[in-house]
Amino acid sequence: MLDGTDTQLDPGPPPESPAVRSAGRRARMTTGDKVRFGLRGVGQTLITLGLVTLLFVVYEVWITNIFAHWRQEKVHTQLEQAWQDGIDPLALPGGNQSGIPIGEGIANIYIPRFGRDYHFTVVQGTDDASLSKGPGHYVGTALPGEVGNFGVAGHRVGKGEPFLNLDHLRPGDAVIIQTKTQWFVYRVIGNVDKGEAGLSWQDLNGVPGREIVDPSAGRVLAPWPDKPGSPAPPTYNRYMTMTTCHPKFTAAQRMIVHAQLDATLTTASIGPSQMPASIQALYSAPGL
Amino acid sequence: MYVWIWHHLPGNLALKIVEVTALLIVVSALLLFVVFPWIEPHVPFTRGGTVNGQ
Repeated sequence: MLDGTDTQLDPGPPPESPAVRSAGRRARMTTGDKVRFGLRGVGQTLITLGLVTLLFVVYEVWITNIFAHWRQEKVHTQLEQAWQDGIDPLALPGGNQSGIPIGEGIANIYIPRFGRDYHFTVVQGTDDASLSKGPGHYVGTALPGEVGNFGVAGHRVGKGEPFLNLDHLRPGDAVIIQTKTQWFVYRVIGNVDKGEAGLSWQDLNGVPGREIVDPSAGRVLAPWPDKPGSPAPPTYNRYMTMTTCHPKFTAAQRMIVHAQLDATLTTASIGPSQMPASIQALYSAPGL
Repeated sequence: MYVWIWHHLPGNLALKIVEVTALLIVVSALLLFVVFPWIEPHVPFTRGGTVNGQ
């Protein structure tokens, strides 16, 4: 009304608060916006899954080694302590293996080809829990030094990777097994003059130094290796067989290495076990 | 998802970076030491180098 008084100009609707403004915007989300929102979510999920997978690989090759190292230390210490206390897990009443608890350490393994620092305590059993501590002895196969086939399984990659470099073994290489009272020296079968190619050479019982087999090939653990159902052969019948995964990063096949007992050393066990001089000499063997 | 988390973290930029780092460490530790050991027996390619049919 034109009477000289100022009319308050209508300030208009109050400025929208951000919440109200975005609510309004959300309500007006177009189909395009929804599609972009969905795609962004899918993209983020895929990237997340990719990173988690990567982290799992890190876990398999690094973290499991840390756990396994800790478990192997424990098992090693327990075995050395048992020996010091006069207990031998392998001294079985009536020679019955079923008395050995699964997962318990039974012997130490040394392999000069893998270096002076290489040693593991072998446990009884080849289930996942046992193998997470170190190499495992196949239950029912021969014990170290016995007639028949002393079978040992070990991880190739991760979980301590005791048999990572099994492919480096050559004919004639020493594999040393230490028990409470004895040292056994097994030697990888094959033609020592032919290097890696010599591993396919078979001994007089038809046993090769190395073979790549199917995971189902239990025959390699038979008392007469590769001849299931047959008793141990009449001569050269103290075998050792090591098994691991092959190729390195998959479980598609198994790498098998066979060895024959070459020497046995009996030592009185007094105090902490020391490696006898003749065993130490194996680390200076030519060709290593 | 990540933008939502970032948006809802308290504090200024510096504090948010610290919080994100802490969250990453916690999640990674959870995965590496709890989740992965739990699912591992069910993953097909982590067998122990054993032969069957013994």
